Amino acid sequence: MTSEWLTDFWRYRELLYFLAWRDVKVRYKQAALGASWAVIQPLLTMIIFTLFFGRLAGVPSDGVPYPLFSFCALVPWTYFSSTLNQGGNSLVGNATLVTKVYFPRALLPAASVLSGLVDFAMGAVFLALMMLYYHVRPGWSLFLVPLFVVGMVLLAFSVSMLLAALNVRYRDVKYALPFLVQIWLFVTPIIYPVAFLPPRMKRFLAFNPMAGFLEGFRNSLFNTRHMDWGLVGISVVITAGLLVIGAIYFRKTERSFADIV
Amino acid sequence: MNQAIAAERLSKKFVLGALQRDTMLRERLISMLRAPFRRHSASPNVLWALRDVSFRIDAGEVVGIIGRNGAGKSTLLKVLSKITYPTSGAVHVTGRVASLLEVGTGFHEELTGRENIYLNGSILGMKHGEVATKLDSIVDFAGVAQFLDTPIKRYSTGMRLRLGFAVAAHLDPDVLIVDEVLAVGDAGFQRKCLNAMDGLRSGGRTVLFVSHNMAAVENLCSRCIWIDAGRVLMDGSSREVIEAYMNTFANARENMADLRSVRDRRGSGEIRYTGVEYLTSAGEPLQVVRSGDAFVIRFHYHAREPISFPSFGFRLYTEFGTLVTDTSTWHHAIDIPLVPAGDGYVDLHIDFLNLLPARYYFSLWITGAASPVHDNVEHCAQLEVELSNIYSSGRMLDSRSGIVFFPQRWKVQETLVASVGGKAGEK
Repeated sequence: MTSEWLTDFWRYRELLYFLAWRDVKVRYKQAALGASWAVIQPLLTMIIFTLFFGRLAGVPSDGVPYPLFSFCALVPWTYFSSTLNQGGNSLVGNATLVTKVYFPRALLPAASVLSGLVDFAMGAVFLALMMLYYHVRPGWSLFLVPLFVVGMVLLAFSVSMLLAALNVRYRDVKYALPFLVQIWLFVTPIIYPVAFLPPRMKRFLAFNPMAGFLEGFRNSLFNTRHMDWGLVGISVVITAGLLVIGAIYFRKTERSFADIV
Repeated sequence: MNQAIAAERLSKKFVLGALQRDTMLRERLISMLRAPFRRHSASPNVLWALRDVSFRIDAGEVVGIIGRNGAGKSTLLKVLSKITYPTSGAVHVTGRVASLLEVGTGFHEELTGRENIYLNGSILGMKHGEVATKLDSIVDFAGVAQFLDTPIKRYSTGMRLRLGFAVAAHLDPDVLIVDEVLAVGDAGFQRKCLNAMDGLRSGGRTVLFVSHNMAAVENLCSRCIWIDAGRVLMDGSSREVIEAYMNTFANARENMADLRSVRDRRGSGEIRYTGVEYLTSAGEPLQVVRSGDAFVIRFHYHAREPISFPSFGFRLYTEFGTLVTDTSTWHHAIDIPLVPAGDGYVDLHIDFLNLLPARYYFSLWITGAASPVHDNVEHCAQLEVELSNIYSSGRMLDSRSGIVFFPQRWKVQETLVASVGGKAGEK
């Protein structure tokens, strides 16, 4: 059964590509600034964070300039949060498709996860420019970056699947989602470094898989401190667990999507 | 012959009320708090859209599915296309399936015609390369070459429809499942669609086709399955099945139709239509209705209890399902303070029937002050309009000339008429 589900998914890979392509094409249509929004969003957030947290509150930043420090986390975070928003609403938002055509339903959250990567790539290019500007050189650990990106993509996919399936039955998800994303931002080391937290709170950080991936992403770019492989390991385990739970719940409910969406 | 589709004892249940109640988590939590040990019972409002439906279709067969609105045809197609799942029973389909339940599924307003062709093709199961090689032909079929790179939000409804069907017509499936897509679009477009489907048939494909257009069904399909209230009522040669199906409609030729036995109706039922009768203006039974006629349709009803302020309504459709007119006592501001319990009738006087010859269907409804809908019978009777010499010119009009005609006069400049008349006279 499970292998059938996966082969079906594979057979429809071209549709996955088209759905993601549609999301990318449509996202900034009729927006005067177009795709530059992909960079403007994290950039403006970074400026606000720098003013309030970096300057006023004096939050430390692991030895790199605060703007670079926060922007480095905001690029993947923007990807993650907007993917959750889009992925969580992907089934409900494509109700006409779900009720009129057969295709593996998981393609819809998967397409949201993929299409967000285009924005992510643009943000990453800008991040590279900022690193040049601040003369921050990455070391060999740069090659670890894809690892953390993959972890984050899988995490976004797992949570999106879960939220999208829940959203079909409980529209509460639509209202809870922005709130969830906001809370998640504060419990993830984006504004502050992990070292900033008192040891007792650090333990709870491990329950947030985004913490491990973001710290890993940042550390492998800046090469300032040793990688906290323990934290990363827990994030990987939690993500794997969420992926399994998300897929099982999705499979269990997808047969009724067309009837109740 | 290889089997293409096998449906084995398909049943599909919908629970009507519980669905909406469940949708808010809050409601669910409240009901769990109120009765923590009881599994919240399912609402008794259960609808069986399909009941024990079984059939086999061989590869290369073209099968029509007919039945009234709400009989379960669309649910059946959705189950066969794996969009929704049966409550019990199983479906086996061999080969590549394409289902066309809607024209232009997945079209995105902001994308251009070209982009939508690729997207829609992909949604319907075509490969990218396949769409690319067929692109010219698709554009040609749709006739939108000029607007190929315009976002389809600037397209007219007709253009959008043509584009959607053009993509669908270039599918090359082993099994094609089509739902009432012909109900929309003009006659020329409909003919184009029928030709495309005919092409599939001669290509040896299996086609399953739902339509209210009996002429099209009879023309395309060798076999027909008649679904009523979720069950297969009849399965056999198109001619026989369609004939049996049509016989359940009231026919103008039979002058009187009995509606008492129609179970497929909505409404609270305090008052129900019991029959339809065609009469001449003088009140004599009428056998034939012709374009331009004056006549009366009498609607008989039975009220179980006194009904205050009812409105009697009548909706007329073409056989393609296009609404021709919707009229009622309410539209005419006729207030009926009270209808006593028992039998009675209302008459609809048609002073001049400006419908062209064709087969029409109508639906009837009664609403009231107390209940929003007392009775609603869809497609309950048929009105067959025959040819007549409307313009007294000896030149007949038929259904190819449209749906309606108006009382009209043409005036041509005197000199022109004279010269034409002169030439004709010379001959």
